[in-house]
Order: sequence, then C-alpha cells, then structure tokens
Amino acid sequence: MNDKRFHSVRLDKEKCKACTNCLRRCPTEAIRVRGGRAHIIDERCIDCGECIRVCEYHAKYAQTDPLASINRFKYKIALPAPSLYGQFKQLVSPSQVLEGLLRIGFDDVYEVAEGADIVTRAIRERMRNIDRDDYPIISSACPAIVRLIRVRFPDLIPHIIDVRQPMEVAAMVAKREFCKKHDVQPEDVGCFFITPCAAKMTAIRNPIGHETSAVDGAISMLEIYGLLSSQLKKIPVDTGLAKATSHGVGWANAGGEASAVCPEHSMSVDGIENVIRVLEEIENDKLPDLVFFEGSACTGGCVGGPLTFENNYIARGVVRDLMHGCDITHPDEKVDVSYLNKYHLLLDKSITANKAMRLDDDIVEAMRKIEQMEEITARLPGYDCGSCGSPTCKTFAEDIVRGFATEMDCIHILKEKLKVMAQQMVELAKTTRE
Amino acid sequence: MESTILKNTYEINAGEFQTAGDVSANIKRKLKQIGIGGTVLRRIAVASYEAELNLIIHSHGGKLTLEMTPSSIILTSADVGPGIPDLSKAMQEGYSTASEEARDLGFGAGMGLPNMKRNADGFSIESEVGKGTTIQMRFDVKDA
Ligand SMILES: Nc1ncnc2c1ncn2[C@@H]1O[C@H](COP(=O)(O)OP(=O)(O)OP(=O)(O)O)[C@@H](O)[C@H]1O
Ligand code: SF4
Ligand SMILES: [Mg+2]
Repeated sequence: MNDKRFHSVRLDKEKCKACTNCLRRCPTEAIRVRGGRAHIIDERCIDCGECIRVCEYHAKYAQTDPLASINRFKYKIALPAPSLYGQFKQLVSPSQVLEGLLRIGFDDVYEVAEGADIVTRAIRERMRNIDRDDYPIISSACPAIVRLIRVRFPDLIPHIIDVRQPMEVAAMVAKREFCKKHDVQPEDVGCFFITPCAAKMTAIRNPIGHETSAVDGAISMLEIYGLLSSQLKKIPVDTGLAKATSHGVGWANAGGEASAVCPEHSMSVDGIENVIRVLEEIENDKLPDLVFFEGSACTGGCVGGPLTFENNYIARGVVRDLMHGCDITHPDEKVDVSYLNKYHLLLDKSITANKAMRLDDDIVEAMRKIEQMEEITARLPGYDCGSCGSPTCKTFAEDIVRGFATEMDCIHILKEKLKVMAQQMVELAKTTRE
Repeated sequence: MESTILKNTYEINAGEFQTAGDVSANIKRKLKQIGIGGTVLRRIAVASYEAELNLIIHSHGGKLTLEMTPSSIILTSADVGPGIPDLSKAMQEGYSTASEEARDLGFGAGMGLPNMKRNADGFSIESEVGKGTTIQMRFDVKDA
C-alpha cells in the first residue's frame, strides 16, 4: 500500500474558525486561509504537526489507525516507539509497557528501541564507506525532517543516510521471527507502530526511499494512553520482556541517536525552526567539521511528538531514568552482524527533490515571476498580518503571481482603494452640483 | 551585455551584527525559488554572506545588489568608505584588520575576500581610500 498523496495531517472543516494562527507556524508555507477556512497545500505539507500543536480549536488533526483496526489481522504485533515509555511517570521498566500492550489485545510486542539498536549498528557500518567529502551524514529517522529537506534543502538530499528507520526494521524482524516461532503466514500477521506523530503515519502509507512499508498501521499514543495506564497499575515491575539496550531506548530523546551512532563531531538539533537554521548553515558550508547530524522536528525529540501525552521535559527525564536500568552493551556488540545481511535495511529508491517551492520550471520565467513579486511586495504594507489568508506579505505576492489571489484580498490595499474611491465620489458629487 | 531580468538592492548598515546574514538568506531563498541549486547555490550563498559581513564589519555602510540575467547571477557590493589601502594585501588569505568586537563574534579569519574570489566565476574589486570599495561577482547558471 503506497499512496503518493497520503497525508496524516488533516483539517476538520467544521472546527476551523479561519483564525490564521496556523499560517505563520508552517515551516513550508503550506497553509492558506481562503473562503472561511484553512487549506493545506498537499505538495508542500511535510506532516510535521506544527499546525496540530498550535490550533486552539483542534481543527488540525493527525489521521492514524484506530485501535480496533488491528483486528484486520489474525495475529497482531505492537511496535512501541521508545517515546511511549516516557509517557508514564511511575514506570520502573519498559517491560511493564510491553506487558500492558499484550493485555490490551496484542499477541506479541517488539520494541522499536530494538530496531534502533539494529539501525545504530547498520549506520555505523555504512558510515565506514562514506567519503569525508560527503559529510555531514544526516539522519533519516525523523520523516518530517526528510520531507523538509526535500522541500527546502534539496541539495542536502545526498547527505541523508540510506538506512531505514527503526520502526521499519522492527516490523521486518518482528514479523519474520513471529512467523517462524508460531509457524504462521506473514499475511496473517499485522505490525502496528505506536506512534508519537503524524509524520510516522505518513511514512508508513507513503514511504520515502522505499516502495512499501513493513509496518501495517499506526496507532496514536494518545488513543491508547488511557487504556495502557490503567493496565500498568496491575503489572509487576519486571516481566523481563524488554530487550533493547539503553542506546536504543535513548533514541526517544533528542540526541539519543547521535550519541549512539556518532558520539564525536555530531550534532543534535530539535524543534523544526532550529533544524531549519542549522540546515541553512550546513548548506552554506559553515559546519565543515560536522560528521553526523540528527534533526528532530519536535522539541525534545520524539518524546515531544504531537501525539504524546506527557510534557516533553518530563518525558525526557523518565526516558533517561529508564535507560539506567537497561542493558548498556553498545549495539556494535549486541547486534549480530548477520542482521545486516538477513534483512533489507537500506533504502532502495533514491530520494527526489520536491519542487513545490519553485516558481516555474523555466528559469527565466521564474526570474520574471520573482520580479513581479518584488513589485507587488513593494505595494503591500509589510505587516504580515495574515488577513489575506497567506502567511506573509511575501507569500501573498507569490500567491498573486501564481494566480491564487488578487491584490484586493489584502484588506489594507482594499481600504486604500476604497478611500480613493470615496474621495472620487465626493469630488464627483461636487462637480455635478455645479 | 545580456538583459537584466531582475535587480534587487539591499541596504546594509555598518555595525549591524544583529541582522547579519539576513540579506544573504533572502538572496538564497530567491535563488531556490527560481530553481538554482547545487554548487552554484552554495557558491553564491557563501560569497553573498561574506560580502554582506564585510559591509557590516568593515565599511561605513553600503549596498548589496543582486541581478539576474538568463545566464548569470551578478552580485555587487558597493560601499561609501573607508576604502582599502592595499588591495593585494586584503586579498591574501589570513589578512584581517577586523576589530576586537568582530573577532569576539568569530569573524576576522581573513578569509572573506579570498572566498568570494574563489567561489565566483568572475570577480573584480576596486577601492579608493576615502571613497569606498566596489566588488562585482558573476556566477554562471546553467538551466537547471
Ligand atoms: N568593504 C570593505 N571596506 C573596507 N575594508 C574592507 C572591506 N572589505 C574587506 N576589507 C578589508 O580587507 C580585509 C580582508 O577582508 P576579508 O573579508 O578577507 O577578511 P575579514 O573580513 O577580516 O575576516 P573574515 O572575512 O574571515 O571574517 C579586512 O580585514 C579589511 O581590512
Ligand atoms: S521528532 Fe519524532 S515524533 Fe517528532 S515528527 Fe520527527 S519522528 Fe515524529
Ligand atoms: Mg570578511
């Protein structure tokens, strides 16, 4: 199932008040307010979820699979993101969460943190063959950042590491091991990611870098939070189910991946606006010593995902504490090298640039459009007030040039125009009286 | 001379470190919108940033002009002083007269002018003490 147009981030028309709060927060200028409601420009949307966070009316939401959908499959496996552990303050061991998932209806669990262990090893192996000239290597773990790069930093695409993300690897391993152990057919087994965000849901339905996802669906953390926390009270402290290392669990927090994969000359940046600033620096060759770059769209990393429950600072602390109780063996030793051959861990489709920001396919035509935009911008007041429905005066000028708006959509221009017309009417009245 | 399709001029004030980099970021955004990428984009980004910073750090204020023609991007930095007494020295890697304040902010490696020259496909600099400095850089673009 690969739906090229799928986006998890959606708008509930009924709830939208056309307030323009989301306009300025969108990092790819993908939202417009027209005709009394917001619209999301599909080609530009990267599913980062910033608009979900900022909308007071909950008109923006993430479409995920309902928990009941797991019943499509005879056997259901839960793949909890490590950020799920951070949601429960009283947690002593990740094993409790795994046991809880079994009790709410899953037949088996496989930690995405274990997938992260394997991915850590795979990236480190891969890095040996990457030329210094191709540094920095950019993490492929946050799908919103991969999409951001496609839209705003196409020149950095070759820097993205071609190893699949932990949830993909977890699904492949979980399914194969389950089928072998229980002697069942893969079609009968469904792997469901417990997701902190919309971006991962989109990455399942519309993967980048490979044709189909090994994951069968994504359940929002918010949806199962209540169910799980009531189960957790009844679960003994250690059921021994958790197997991931502290390094894999650490991927839940910003910096976890970088410290597992490349402790030196790496950088971890969280929060999409911060990521954009640093990617600009990378693009301008301002960070020549950087070897590995981890960017998370969410503040704090995945623990700050738009579908998480707990405050991200608290969740970060919970994850850190849990890491102390985990196996501290580095994935280099824990993960057997045979995994790297047994599973399809690398991306096999090239990542292409997204041209949604381009004004025209023809460069000269595009230059002309910039010129027109400049002329229009000069007439606009520069308030960036959003009342025209575009995020800034500049994007409004762009919308006019692209043919999606007219100058009269700017209330300030309209007001000026009306003033002039009123003046003319007065003068007209005067002259006709004489 | 090929026809200029677009010409934008940006005023840059002396000493305005707070907004350093804004003009070159703006230029880069435009280049991306017209579909310029790859090494040309990087080279223009580096050169425009260095030019912008030199105006802020060393000049009494000036203008950065971006011009687009069908086959090239031309950047011109023109300021109103103080001028450079010894151009060949200024063009040397590592030569810098940057103030203590600028050095504290991480500038003053003496790499700006050499970087501009290296990154541009065409480079010229003229300077007169008491009058000002004008730098012109040309970048050839192939239809992307
Ligand atoms: N517009 C200018 N007006 C006056 N002097 C200038 C101007 N641009 C450069 N210079 C002089 O040329 C020297 C070398 O400039 P260059 O940009 O190469 O290095 P820098 O600015 O000192 O350091 P860096 O660019 O590495 O931060 C400067 O230190 C300054 O003395
Ligand atoms: S940082 Fe994590 S939670 Fe946030 S969008 Fe990226 S993958 Fe999703
Ligand atoms: Mg300089």
